[in-house]
Amino acid sequence: MHQMTLAEIARGLAEKKFSSEELTRVLLERIARLDPQVNSFITVTEDLAITQAQAADARRAAGENGALLGAPLAHKDLFCTQGVRTSCASKMLDNFKSPYDATVVAKLAAAGAVTLGKTNMDEFAMGSANESSYYGAVKNPWNLEHVPGGSSGGSAAAVAARLLPAATGTDTGGSIRQPAALTNLTGIKPTYGRVSRWGMIAYASSLDQAGPLARTAEDCALLLQGMAGFDPQDSTSIDEPVPDYSATLNASIKGLRIGIPKEYFGAGLDPRIAQLVHESVKELEKLGAVVKEISLPNLQHGIPAYYVIAPAEASSNLSRFDGVRFGYRCEDPKDLTDLYKRSRAEGFGPEVQRRIMVGAYALSAGYYDAYYLQAQKIRRLIKNDFMNAFAEVDVILGPTTPNPAWKIGAKNADPIAEYLEDFYTITANLAGLPGLSMPAGFVEGLPVGVQLLAPYFQEGRLLNVAHQYQQVTDWHTRAPTGF
Amino acid sequence: MALERSDVEKIAHLARLGLNDADIPRTTEALNSILALVDQMQAVDTNGIEPLAHPLEASQRLREDAVTERNHRDTYQAIAPAVEHGLYLVPKVIE
Repeated sequence: MHQMTLAEIARGLAEKKFSSEELTRVLLERIARLDPQVNSFITVTEDLAITQAQAADARRAAGENGALLGAPLAHKDLFCTQGVRTSCASKMLDNFKSPYDATVVAKLAAAGAVTLGKTNMDEFAMGSANESSYYGAVKNPWNLEHVPGGSSGGSAAAVAARLLPAATGTDTGGSIRQPAALTNLTGIKPTYGRVSRWGMIAYASSLDQAGPLARTAEDCALLLQGMAGFDPQDSTSIDEPVPDYSATLNASIKGLRIGIPKEYFGAGLDPRIAQLVHESVKELEKLGAVVKEISLPNLQHGIPAYYVIAPAEASSNLSRFDGVRFGYRCEDPKDLTDLYKRSRAEGFGPEVQRRIMVGAYALSAGYYDAYYLQAQKIRRLIKNDFMNAFAEVDVILGPTTPNPAWKIGAKNADPIAEYLEDFYTITANLAGLPGLSMPAGFVEGLPVGVQLLAPYFQEGRLLNVAHQYQQVTDWHTRAPTGF
Repeated sequence: MALERSDVEKIAHLARLGLNDADIPRTTEALNSILALVDQMQAVDTNGIEPLAHPLEASQRLREDAVTERNHRDTYQAIAPAVEHGLYLVPKVIE
């Protein structure tokens, strides 16, 4: 039962082969038994899940239908969930029970989805290894000594370990696509503004975007359908109609123009991953796609620009955590400044503190033009590169990550080494473009992902291409041993 | 230009982070390695390029100036570290 995809679950529930409550109890038992190995959940919402499953079964018995009615899901622990701890994997919010639901949480609950719990992540979504969580590192189900990627590493590991069929994540520099690649999942970061950010604890507001992690493109289509749409509560939400993502999955990709940036195949890329990328392109060519070499000349400037923009926005966003209105407060503050300084120093982990300080420095008097403004100018150069490329091609294809999952602790001594793992994903956030990662093979038993990027609001095209690829390959069906 | 201990102390104060003295050398080293990465930007010619703040260059929407929210004070104060008579409590600010 736990091997079923969301689409299979939807069919099984519609045909009354099992109830949502039965399925929910099976998955809750698996989580209790297997998650101690993986550490993918921060909070398991057992009672809420059973209540929601029973309510979904009652709605279905009353004649209601819907792809997500009774479907078990989990939310990355930065989506505010009313009455449930929403920790952002930080000591700062260990005691924070959200007084309201994020739009994504509310929309999925209204569609009848069942929340099994809140998944582990890098603290405040700052990381690519899921090692910076206050609740401990998440393990990769493909090899428990390796990282699952991050920051949505708990969501990825839980879905990869077949603890549930799909989960929500967020992606600020690669945090959906990179863990999807490292755990053999399909994950999509939508266009900036496609999914509401309301109630999503902010890291870098001009880059953050929520999306699904699942085992297939078909499931990502179902879950994204439930998440996407205009929300007046989010001032950067875009008021564009949401197409039917499932309806275009089966469209032919004959004549699809795939661009391969020559800058993608530099010295930093594991040659075995490069080989798998080329093999995935051959499969797509067999389906009628045509390939063209393109250039993204400013690609290499993505990481430096990101590490100004994201920390700058984070230093501003995280100033709200002051020990006064909610969250952690230090013991016996001697005055107000002491209360602020110690609550923040004791409540935030080291990587969060580093990024806050980088941001505070980049925004401080005398440095603003050299750092923040220069980064925003580079951001436009990167966007222009993509606009030029999309004048000639329909999608851009390449590796999702330069390396497969590394050993837990291997990059701890040097934060920059971990930053470089986001080389291929980060520019889509800077440009606000949609991007998808799909399974494309293995290196030494560890999964490898291929990334597809498309023009604004072309999520349907990405899901279509990935679905067509998944009809002729079986990488996405492979499950880790022991799960 | 590398940061020195005094710079890091100043930044930490701006960010209201109470660093331990013992952590400052390690923090200084980490910030300098991040800034060395970031400084690669300085080689990029951005003359005449407009900064990009929003990927789709959207501007803030306006709405009717009407009350749309209820008063949530009690709900929000239920999760505060210390409150009294509807007020948030902090250490004495004025002696």
